Amino acid sequence: MKLTGAEIIIRTLIEQGTTDVFGYPGGQVINIYDALYKYQDEINHILTAHEQGAAHAADGYSRATGKVGVCIATSGPGATNLVTGIATAMLDSIPMVAITGNVPCSLIGKDSFQEIDITGITLPITKHNYFVNKIEDLADSIREAFQIAKSGRPGPVLVDVPKDVQVATYEYEPQPAVPKIPLPKADEESIDEAVKLINESKRPYIYIGGGAAGLGMGQEIINFAEKIDACIGCTFMGLSAVPDNCDRFLGMQGMHGHFASSMAQKEADLIIGVGVRFSDRATGNVAKFAKTTKIIQLDPDFAEINKNVNVDLGIIADVRDAFLRIAEKCDARKNISWEKAVMELKEKEEAIAQRAAQMAGDRMTPKMIFDVINENKLPHTIITTDVGQHQMWAAQYSKFDTTRRFVSSGGLGTMGFGLGAAMGALVATNDPTILITGDGSFGMNLNELATAVTYNIPVVIVLMNNGVLGMVRQWQNLFFQKRFSNTVLQRRTDFVKLAEAFGAVGMKADTIDQFEDAFKKAITLGRPVVIDTLIDKDEFVLPMLPPGGSIDDIIVKIEEDKK
Amino acid sequence: MNKFVIAVYVENKFGVLTRVTSMFTRRGFNIDALTVGETESPEYSRITICLSGDGYAKEQLINQLRKLFNVKKVEVLEENEAIKRELALVKIKNNKETRGDVLSAVEVYRAKVIDYTLDEMCVEITGDPSKIDAFIKLMIPYGIIEMCRTGIVALERGSGTLLSKNTATGVIKTR
Repeated sequence: MKLTGAEIIIRTLIEQGTTDVFGYPGGQVINIYDALYKYQDEINHILTAHEQGAAHAADGYSRATGKVGVCIATSGPGATNLVTGIATAMLDSIPMVAITGNVPCSLIGKDSFQEIDITGITLPITKHNYFVNKIEDLADSIREAFQIAKSGRPGPVLVDVPKDVQVATYEYEPQPAVPKIPLPKADEESIDEAVKLINESKRPYIYIGGGAAGLGMGQEIINFAEKIDACIGCTFMGLSAVPDNCDRFLGMQGMHGHFASSMAQKEADLIIGVGVRFSDRATGNVAKFAKTTKIIQLDPDFAEINKNVNVDLGIIADVRDAFLRIAEKCDARKNISWEKAVMELKEKEEAIAQRAAQMAGDRMTPKMIFDVINENKLPHTIITTDVGQHQMWAAQYSKFDTTRRFVSSGGLGTMGFGLGAAMGALVATNDPTILITGDGSFGMNLNELATAVTYNIPVVIVLMNNGVLGMVRQWQNLFFQKRFSNTVLQRRTDFVKLAEAFGAVGMKADTIDQFEDAFKKAITLGRPVVIDTLIDKDEFVLPMLPPGGSIDDIIVKIEEDKK
Repeated sequence: MNKFVIAVYVENKFGVLTRVTSMFTRRGFNIDALTVGETESPEYSRITICLSGDGYAKEQLINQLRKLFNVKKVEVLEENEAIKRELALVKIKNNKETRGDVLSAVEVYRAKVIDYTLDEMCVEITGDPSKIDAFIKLMIPYGIIEMCRTGIVALERGSGTLLSKNTATGVIKTR
């Protein structure tokens, strides 16, 4: 049948399994929006307040489900507003398809109104992108975009469609959703090599990242850890891959990682990396990272092997297949002294936490806030965050009962990511969703409260309000002799009134009891809620590896006089 | 620091060269020379890249290139297995005192004079990049007015082709 380009776009999205899209109309996508109107029974469009929110929503949608998130924006400023969202997805390897309109081909290259070279702009921040100047290429370009987005190491793909291509008509035949391109299976020799290294090790540490989380390998990882008596640690992006009730799981390691997890990684004699890229935030000073520890790295992306740290064995293949074959072949065994060493690290971590709790006195600490959240949150709750201190506290203290429950911008560290992403995650799953944010990050994209209210997307927003840009302030505190340059927010925002003005529910919590009451109520309301939660401006995220430092330089407490 | 020559087959499509060069910029690769041109197949273009760097830079460059969707094949051309050629045009000052010396050098180097006026001559020289380096060095005292080099093109010796070559993938062992 013959359809217009705009209809082909929407029909191809539907054929690829897309049920929800996030976007914002404009001059060069009017035709696409007309097609959305026509197919509104088959595809749901959510109008955000800003294109950046749409991109983050598509990203959050994908993180919570593994499906390809889709966002739409018009040419020029609409397209450039997606850029931060696309880059966020790129750095965390999130499958996403962004569709932009552009001026008609006859006006391309002439600095026409709202014309921008968005494929040029997004070249380094997409896995791939398309400028579709022929209608005969349109449907296949979108199909390829989906395939590229979800295959191998996932990532965002942008498809830019000039207006005349949207208007033209062409033959369209529906096709089944494209499958992922299969990755090569690891050869037996490399599996044996890995098995040998594992069998020889006495202190194995299984190190899981976003790649393992994306593949939903939690149970397989636990089974394997049981078999070889290993402990499990994760990167920031690996959070929620393994549920927190697994006692072998030590949590996140790295710059603000758990003491026990980071130390166990240091003391291990073998690190088995699954879908990790050894980012600088995870390794600290690479020159000092795992110098005497052997490393096995399983990853689908050959450019990740030996990029940041040199490994003893890198297997570039279908990660799940390679992992399961290695797990099958390894000897089952016990490492009693390693178990004991890990136990001691956990006890030490507990002692540090207790000392910190004693020192806290009456004030409402971040740990207390997360204790309340963990205790009261509903099953399958998704925790999303913005970026800063609150994000690190969320990473350290949140408990997860199942996979894909932690939605946060790890690689790019995008302040303003949270609200859009939380809406996307909630729309995708209909599971309870909490946004942990700070007053700095929230200020960046709080306009999306309007969207949450319009569509009644009941995100519970815990706004950890300290009146400062806490993470930068922490660095200024520690490394810049308390010269608090531009990190004190002398704003007069009343977040309760602000929430109400948007049509959401506003609450305030000065004490932990007030917070507990507010939180318990908020999760039952079925409406977007902002809980303005006041915390001290000089709370620190600890432990911390100082910049350029290694795990040997870990800071677990700050002396009172430094505060 | 070593010099590497890397040959890349890319789809002959609009914007592919930009994708390749943009990746170099983003990843901080320092490229000495890059040439691009047609191949035996109209579907593909061939890019030849010269890079100075260590083994890490070489490995990363190859792996990052392989990730690009329009890139079909990436291979390192090893020094002793490849034929490399470059062309340079060198415009040299021409005067009575030095003319004889320059022309002898042109002859020895099997170069060609392709333009000749009273005050300049333009020389075309083809060959291995090191030969061109040597010729240019020799001409400096006579006064080089202007010059340009094409960057190298290279092919592997023997009847094999780059596209038919098996690329090793899968396992990397180091340390």
